[in-house]
Amino acid sequence: MQFVLNGKPTTLSANPAARLIDVLREECLLTGVKEGCGEGECGACTVLIDGEPVCSCIIPAGQVEGTEVVTIEGLGGNHPLQHLFMNEVGAQCGICTPGMIMAAMKLGDAPTLDDIKTALAGNLCRCTGYSAIYRAVLKWKGMPEPDTAGEMSVME
Amino acid sequence: MRAAVSALDMRRATSLEEALKIIRDEKRMPVAGATDVYVAMNFGTLVPKQFLDIWALDELRTISSRGDTLVIGALTSYTSLIQSQLVADRVPMLVQASRLVGGVQIQNRGTLGGNIANGSPAADGVPVLAAVDAIVVLRSADAERRVSINEYYTGYRQTMMRADELIVAIEISPVEGKQWFRKVGTRAAQAISKVVMAAVRAPSPRIAFGSVAATVVRARETERVLSSGGSIEDAAETLGRELKPIDDVRSTAEYRRRVSVNLLRRFWADTE
Ligand SMILES: Cc1cc2nc3c(=O)[nH]c(=O)nc-3n(C[C@H](O)[C@H](O)[C@H](O)COP(=O)(O)OP(=O)(O)OC[C@H]3O[C@@H](n4cnc5c(N)ncnc54)[C@H](O)[C@@H]3O)c2cc1C
Ligand code: FES
Ligand code: FES
Repeated sequence: MQFVLNGKPTTLSANPAARLIDVLREECLLTGVKEGCGEGECGACTVLIDGEPVCSCIIPAGQVEGTEVVTIEGLGGNHPLQHLFMNEVGAQCGICTPGMIMAAMKLGDAPTLDDIKTALAGNLCRCTGYSAIYRAVLKWKGMPEPDTAGEMSVME
Repeated sequence: MRAAVSALDMRRATSLEEALKIIRDEKRMPVAGATDVYVAMNFGTLVPKQFLDIWALDELRTISSRGDTLVIGALTSYTSLIQSQLVADRVPMLVQASRLVGGVQIQNRGTLGGNIANGSPAADGVPVLAAVDAIVVLRSADAERRVSINEYYTGYRQTMMRADELIVAIEISPVEGKQWFRKVGTRAAQAISKVVMAAVRAPSPRIAFGSVAATVVRARETERVLSSGGSIEDAAETLGRELKPIDDVRSTAEYRRRVSVNLLRRFWADTE
């Protein structure tokens, strides 16, 4: 299996049927990739394949052949959105955080709150109630917060 | 993961021709986006241990028009359906349905072919295809055949597809009339449907439901009432009799019947 992982050309001899999350965590030691549900529902395991967010818990590792994979570690640990998640308290227990941040990477310029909710609809958070997460992402993109508190708290 | 990794055996095909030869010669379950297969595997409910990964078959990922027929490759993801101008022009309700499948992560991997082949009566893409009488194109190493989506399912999760066949494409003839789609679930993203309705308003209306029977179904009797000039009241009563939903963890039969009838009325009012 040959692919580019966090910018580095990588060759692995893992079983192509293994779950990508297990290969990333156990063989590549990238434990920033979290497992919440193991069934595609919660998004904690989100990584980027060729720039697109996917759930690594339901992807056969063999499917990354020839692609570029980025995990939370690939952001380098000093990404502005990581700091904003801390400053805005968008992370409490932190299990959902790497997946949230990776899913947010796909957002374009000047996203609306609705765009952000759509981009993060596949990511569940049991702690924050989401508004701090949306605030962090809005600030990162230089977007103002909507003034109605209600809008910020619900996830459709 | 419940299944032991060492017991799993996955081959990867890099061309359609190779894939068809492999499933002719070896018993293997195709894996496309894996969003159904790997959930079942993580759950421990999946029996097969021999897989054929078809994700790399880019030739099954095209959306095109042939004459006036829209041809959608089986590996087309929901994200590609959402982004396709051709699909938006011809079958806008397929775009609507795609937007409501899972979250972005699932839309990026889940494929239309997988939605059909998986055979769930709650598959959101299938009622749309049923309402437009889509054709499923099946291919084996030596032959190709076309089956109407409305004849494709033979029972709960049972389909016409043979083990040596793959779905290669879905064909849709031009759709005359207003298209209408609604998904009723616990929330917009991620939820498995309680009831889905897809319909086309035309002199002969076409009405399909998901999650109300063992397979996705067309409401043929209700369609007949409407096409022969019957009132929406008559149609609603007919639908209430025609549908035979079940109770399950997501909902009750009675709830589903009432929601279906309400959806029918809403469709009729919205498309006047
Ligand atoms: C969190 C989550 C949310 C979801 N939400 C929805 C939803 O809202 N609505 C909905 O309808 N579905 C939903 N799904 C289910 C799933 O994403 C879809 O059914 C998807 O379209 C399946 O496509 P796939 O390519 O991932 O299929 P796979 O899992 O790869 O395959 C599914 C089945 O189809 C067969 N198969 C796949 N491709 C072919 C082919 N070309 N020829 C022959 N056989 C084939 C496989 O052998 C298998 O039996 C959800 C899944 C998850 C994990
Ligand atoms: S762990 Fe992958 S989606 Fe929850
Ligand atoms: S911070 Fe705990 S799940 Fe989101």
